[in-house]
Amino acid sequence: MAWRQPMTEIDTPNDSAVGFHQVSKSFGALTVFEDLSLTLPKDQITAIVGTSGSGKTTLLQMINGLERPDQGEVEVLGRPVPYENLESYRRGIGYAVQGAGLFPHLTAEQNVTLVAKLVGWSEAKRRSRFLDLLKTVDLDEDVASRLPRQLSGGQQQRLGICRALMLQPGILLLDEPFSAVDPITRLGLYESFEQARQAHPSTTVLVTHDLREARRLAEFMVILDAGEVVQSGVPREVLANPATPYAERLIESQLS
Amino acid sequence: MIAKRIVIGLCLVWCALGSVGAAAVQTVTVGSKNFGESYLLAEIAAQVLEAQGFRVNRKLGLGGTLICYEALKNAEIDLYPEYTGTLSQAVLNLPGNPDRTQINQVLADQGLELLAEYGFNNTYAIVVRDEQAQQLGLRRIGDLHQQNLTAAFSHEFLQREDGWPGLAQRYNLQQPIKGIEHGLAYQAIADGAIDVTDAYSTDGELQRYQLRILQDDLGYFPEYRAATLVQTSASPQLRQALAGLHNMLDESQVQALNGKVALQGQSFQQVAADFIRANASRLGLSEQDTAKIETLSGQSPWVGQLWGHFMRHLQLTGSALFAAIAIGLGISLLVYRRQRLAEIVVYLCGLMQTIPSLALLALMIPLFGIGFLPAIIALFLYSLLPIVRNAITALANTDPTLVRVSAALGLSGWEQLRYLRLPLATPAIFAGIRTAAVISIGTATLAAFIGAGGLGEPIVVGLSLNDTNMILRGAIPAAVLAIVVELVFAALERRVSPPR
Repeated sequence: MAWRQPMTEIDTPNDSAVGFHQVSKSFGALTVFEDLSLTLPKDQITAIVGTSGSGKTTLLQMINGLERPDQGEVEVLGRPVPYENLESYRRGIGYAVQGAGLFPHLTAEQNVTLVAKLVGWSEAKRRSRFLDLLKTVDLDEDVASRLPRQLSGGQQQRLGICRALMLQPGILLLDEPFSAVDPITRLGLYESFEQARQAHPSTTVLVTHDLREARRLAEFMVILDAGEVVQSGVPREVLANPATPYAERLIESQLS
Repeated sequence: MIAKRIVIGLCLVWCALGSVGAAAVQTVTVGSKNFGESYLLAEIAAQVLEAQGFRVNRKLGLGGTLICYEALKNAEIDLYPEYTGTLSQAVLNLPGNPDRTQINQVLADQGLELLAEYGFNNTYAIVVRDEQAQQLGLRRIGDLHQQNLTAAFSHEFLQREDGWPGLAQRYNLQQPIKGIEHGLAYQAIADGAIDVTDAYSTDGELQRYQLRILQDDLGYFPEYRAATLVQTSASPQLRQALAGLHNMLDESQVQALNGKVALQGQSFQQVAADFIRANASRLGLSEQDTAKIETLSGQSPWVGQLWGHFMRHLQLTGSALFAAIAIGLGISLLVYRRQRLAEIVVYLCGLMQTIPSLALLALMIPLFGIGFLPAIIALFLYSLLPIVRNAITALANTDPTLVRVSAALGLSGWEQLRYLRLPLATPAIFAGIRTAAVISIGTATLAAFIGAGGLGEPIVVGLSLNDTNMILRGAIPAAVLAIVVELVFAALERRVSPPR
């Protein structure tokens, strides 16, 4: 039950929010991670960057238990992921994906407030939280009763972020949520996202292949290459001093 | 007004019968096969029993020898008219041309018994025009030898082992022959287009077209002597009541009765009642007995019957569909997550679909008897496939991104089903139910073959009489029902489906 409470109250001595300890993971013959160890800072935005197939999404999904490591341990806010009780655990972790992944048969409001309803929030509480969230992501109230297909891609993506933030999670996982919209809409989304995060700070892990996005949003950055961490640190420093040829190529291809 | 009086009259008679014979009334279930003569003979037996105070439950038009025989063996019916040749050839596989006594020796092991014969032999016959027979002096099949006559036989007769090949050999006949559709043969021979054809010796058309049966003096055709088939355990009262049927009809009398039904369009009930009244004393019935027949054979108009058939049809398909929805969806929900198991379930349901409906109905008799229950079970089995296949496919193929997101949001398996998979699968599930409904409305017309009634009944009777009007009285309402149900389900589907 403790996981339903905002998790920011739980202190960890080393100030790390997420720790991967000697994690190995393969899918059949394909080994994604071998003996990976990595810690991500608390209350900050960490960007995980790398090319397709580098293991970014798998890394993210090990945090909320969608993927389970074959070996090693994943520790979140000082506790190992509780695989026997994932449902209530996941309700403490926000999750947003590329394309928003809204349920097509539910209205915008029903989509955002579904889980709040399942955990027993009153209708009034759900409504007021929903309206607050709409404001922070710059959406009008009149989207509330619309179905996803009646909304633009940018609107859907904003609602996806609202849904992730609905229960005020201590951890927020973002799997390229800004990449499926046009560049102008994306800039608007960044602003909305930053507003929303200011209203409710949390440990955030952002998977992206876009280094500009990482530079713009993240306070910590990890470069993954074929399941290995080749570099991590403050984005400005990492981008200025690529540690490997892979990192250099990655940076040059996008930022030069 | 008249209909009302008849109803009141029937009620009075019913009450009177009920109060007089309450202690002694024995209920007898009479069956028949699905062709005209079988209906007629069964109806005569039924009315003779009713005249003597029995309460009769009619299961007429059962789908063929196998179903009647199994139904009798399983005591689902108490009697039906059968033929010696059919028993020896098709059921018991006895060699030669055994008579009733020999057949009964074998039947005793099955707990069945063929009562005294009705008196006529309904076998294959070779017929010619009476007029031509007189001119040429044709009396026996052998007389065809060396005659220059055009012969045309039904395709079945040409193929059957006990048909033309053996006959030609036995009588040393060598003339050229043609094939002809049996339904057209009578008209063709009457018009002189052909001179010789095969027929059944009791067909009503023989008299109408003035055809003569050539004697089978070499005894080639097996005898098909009609008699009542009962269980050996049949009560002495029942045997006594049926004793009058012994030798009641010869071939020409049966031809005349068949002709009244097939050619003049009279109802079985009417023809049977007229026959019984005219032959009361021979059948061992008193005037008092036959008086009962007069009132009992009063038939309700066909529109009223149609309503009954229609409601019965709705009951049949409704119950089967309801069960298929409940159990089909239940199974689907249990297995959709396990791909291998789901495949096996869909495969098994598909297997049901491949069993021919009559065979499935016949398989049901030892398990569930005949009538309403086995019909519902068969329809239920046929309805399962579209429901289960659509439900499993739709539930298992929910957009994987949405499933992953719903899991990540902390929805339990049950909540994912309730809030994501089921709503998205609803249109496909409904489409499956719709298909199942239409299939079972169509298939339910076959339920008449195992005495379950419904709109199949006029179709089955109409088919046996070659009466298109009667066939349409079942077929049109069934088609209309299918269309209406289709539309209702389409409307329902729009209401319950998530907006798109």
